[in-house]
Amino acid sequence: MTASTTRLARSASYRAWLLSPEPASRAQAALGQAYRRWRRLVSNPLSLCGLVVLALLVLVALIGPLLPMPDPTIQVLADRLLPPGSPGHWLGTDQLGRDILSRLVHGARLTLAIAVLVVVVVVPIGMLIGTAAGFFGGWVDRVLMRVTDIALAFPKIVLALALAAALGPGVFNAVIAISITAWPAYARLARAETLRWTQADFIHAARMQGASRLRLLTRYIMPLCASSVIVRATLDMAGIILSVAGLGFLGLGAQPPSPEWGYMVASGRNVLLDAWWVSTLPGLAILAVSLAFNLLGDGLRDAFDPRHGD
Amino acid sequence: MRLWQGGVRLAGWVLTLATTFAGLLAVTFFIGRKVPIDPVLAVLGDRASASAYAAARAQMGLDQPLATQFYFYVRDVLHGKLGTSLLTANPVIDDILRVFPATLELATLATIIGILIGVPLGVAAARRHNSAIDHVARFVGLIGSSMPVFWLGMVGLLVFYVRLHWVGGPGRVDPAYDDMVDMRTGSLLIDAALAGEWEVFFNAFSHIVLPALILGYYSVAYLSRMTRAFMLEQLSQEYIATARVKGVPEWRVVWRHAFGNIAVPLLTIIALTYSNLLEGSVLTEIVFAWPGIGSYLTGALLNADMSAVLGCTLVIGALFILINLLTDVLYRIFDPRVRT
Amino acid sequence: METDVNTASALCEIDRLGIAFPGPDQQWRHAVRDVSLTLAPGERLGIVGESGSGKSLTGRALLGLLPPNARMSAQALRFDGRDLLAMPQPERRRLCGREMGMILQDPKYSLNPVMTVGRQMREACALRSPGMVRREMDEQILAALAAVHIRDPKRVAASYPHELSGGMGQRVMIAMMVSNGPRLLVADEPTSALDVLVAMQVLDVLDDMIARHGTGLIFISHDLPLVGAFCDRVAVMYAGRVLETCAARELNQARHPYTRALLAASPTLSGQPGPLPVMQRDPAWLESADGDPA
Repeated sequence: MTASTTRLARSASYRAWLLSPEPASRAQAALGQAYRRWRRLVSNPLSLCGLVVLALLVLVALIGPLLPMPDPTIQVLADRLLPPGSPGHWLGTDQLGRDILSRLVHGARLTLAIAVLVVVVVVPIGMLIGTAAGFFGGWVDRVLMRVTDIALAFPKIVLALALAAALGPGVFNAVIAISITAWPAYARLARAETLRWTQADFIHAARMQGASRLRLLTRYIMPLCASSVIVRATLDMAGIILSVAGLGFLGLGAQPPSPEWGYMVASGRNVLLDAWWVSTLPGLAILAVSLAFNLLGDGLRDAFDPRHGD
Repeated sequence: MRLWQGGVRLAGWVLTLATTFAGLLAVTFFIGRKVPIDPVLAVLGDRASASAYAAARAQMGLDQPLATQFYFYVRDVLHGKLGTSLLTANPVIDDILRVFPATLELATLATIIGILIGVPLGVAAARRHNSAIDHVARFVGLIGSSMPVFWLGMVGLLVFYVRLHWVGGPGRVDPAYDDMVDMRTGSLLIDAALAGEWEVFFNAFSHIVLPALILGYYSVAYLSRMTRAFMLEQLSQEYIATARVKGVPEWRVVWRHAFGNIAVPLLTIIALTYSNLLEGSVLTEIVFAWPGIGSYLTGALLNADMSAVLGCTLVIGALFILINLLTDVLYRIFDPRVRT
Repeated sequence: METDVNTASALCEIDRLGIAFPGPDQQWRHAVRDVSLTLAPGERLGIVGESGSGKSLTGRALLGLLPPNARMSAQALRFDGRDLLAMPQPERRRLCGREMGMILQDPKYSLNPVMTVGRQMREACALRSPGMVRREMDEQILAALAAVHIRDPKRVAASYPHELSGGMGQRVMIAMMVSNGPRLLVADEPTSALDVLVAMQVLDVLDDMIARHGTGLIFISHDLPLVGAFCDRVAVMYAGRVLETCAARELNQARHPYTRALLAASPTLSGQPGPLPVMQRDPAWLESADGDPA
């Protein structure tokens, strides 16, 4: 056999091993499930698009600032308001002569960082509260859910604005402001999932085998809730990015000269009539990233759908 | 017995309302205390003497324990005393009452647009699952949850006002028509029509149409998505098959049977849309220089006018809570399955 | 042994019906394969099978109630000599309303939950007799409810479906669908959600109404003994195919191993106490080989 056919045969056998209907180990079962879900995800062209765009975003955020581009913060007043397509400035410059493409690339890092920070803060806290409420029940459940319900009834954007205003502008405070309004949805979701699983027979079986409540909670219930929380978090990222951009638009996010996309849209307002690209292009970037998260989240929801049998 | 049960449920609802509102008050109170700017210095300025500082501090009640301060805060709020704006020097409550009708007018028009376009779109999409109209509806919904409203507003102004001159520009009316109509209902459109001032009416209309359509887009996206989901669920139910076997024509199956079953949940969704639009106005009004509570709030934010910011937060928050909890009540009143 | 009905006078004719659904991997899942059945006027045909055998879909295909993503193919599908395949949808809907009826498993779900019983029955009435005045309709409705042994027709007519018990709900369905005398009734597991005593009462009422109007019946169920007792002929379905059709009184002499296994799996009062035989499923039953031993 030639090298390519042996490679083909080997990859075919890997696939067979992953898709085997009778996995021989936990690892094989887990990998097989992940592989099946991955196949479903990428078979959907829209979610594939979203995945590609997000991969691009991560790439740009990681290596973009290392590329040879004009400094995004240095003002070159001689080059003010150049339209897109100008030599050396593919997407034009803003009213302070800063290259827009470069600012977008550096801003990608900011946008991604803030969104990831919010999710990293909100999801564990929400899950902890939700699973504790669902698992322990009783007065723990009632108190926690009362607090969650009250928090859910607050207007998100207005409260985030008030918080950001009180704490002062800046990335860190923006993350706090958005996090404080975003956690209740995850607590609710985690609690609903927990309630569904706590009644399952295999949980009773594990308890009878002597598993402590803590072990049940952390090793059984939380991983089960993980998939719906992941789907929800991905879909929420779109909204979080819009909230971050909104705060930035009002000057409450990353401070100038940081190239935060929302702030870039706001700063282009004065020159909107003559130089539409200063505001429009950052807005398109926000739209593209948000859309990508929505598409990916929809695809994940379909891929993780328990009706597929795994 | 029924009366007693109803009374208990009503009491429970009032209690929920009260605790939620108390929570909101607590949050705004703590936000107010967390301000990095010293509120005394904000009033007196940097150069105040130590004794003036102490006197002002006592007068503002800042030397009392936290619980007492909270009590005074709640008492003031319940009496409508939300502090004084640093910017306008008016009581915040007066400012809010003055600007709120403009926001209500915009949000109401946007919601009406959402209902008129979004609901039929959702029904059509559900009826013809996976057809062209279904894809259009899903696309509309997808873009609606991905697009920043302030950006859409700016692009809309650029295209439809600056380039095409199809609509009026920022503001509620052209400056020439300012103060020409007596404001009785709060809605400029209604008041102008009532007064017979048709020039003012059409001018006001040209100014409101773009922001209403932009905000309306979001309500179209949300309402069509929810209507589609509700209708898809209903159309797969058994009673729909029964109706079809009875010989009911398809349009009646869709609108009388399926839609009749989603009318109540849809009403609650519409109420939620309205409260979402009240929030969305915050970022839209600044783009259109619309003189509503959104502009007031963003102006206060940019000038660190914390009393005004917290006052707006309280008012919008209270409305938000009220609408959210009201939808719960609506459900219980109108759904025959829950009534008995 | 198959008893065949003279197709010229048949009420319903299903010839080589196939129903397929799109599956998860771009494959078509064939839920019904090559099913051929006939029903004579006034005859009672039982379709028996386990879950997933395609029996419900077969009944629904006749009524035009398949889900939108289903793909149906048939050599012929006729009602009263009229070609259902070529009929435009509105006409088929009207035909269905006038001449056919359907009873489903759970009246809590098969009746519109936000309309009163009376209103739903009035709707059926108005569609069949367009000129009728409200008073006449109400009289007819109350009479129909009384005919299915409902003791307080007025109260029931003013109730919502979730306020009725299962047995009463099924009787309401019977009143709504059968009281005007349709030529065909499809009953899809009508007693599966009821306890035995109530089921017996409902079947009595159904029996009475059908006999009174000479309605043809297609009784779909998983309960072979019940169908054998209630119907004239029985068709046994498995994995989307009809394995065997025979007269109900000749069920004991059924020849297909699946039917015999089903019969053997039901305990009888007079039989030997002991473990019931476990069915051995022969993959050959899934093949397209004609099940007709003749």
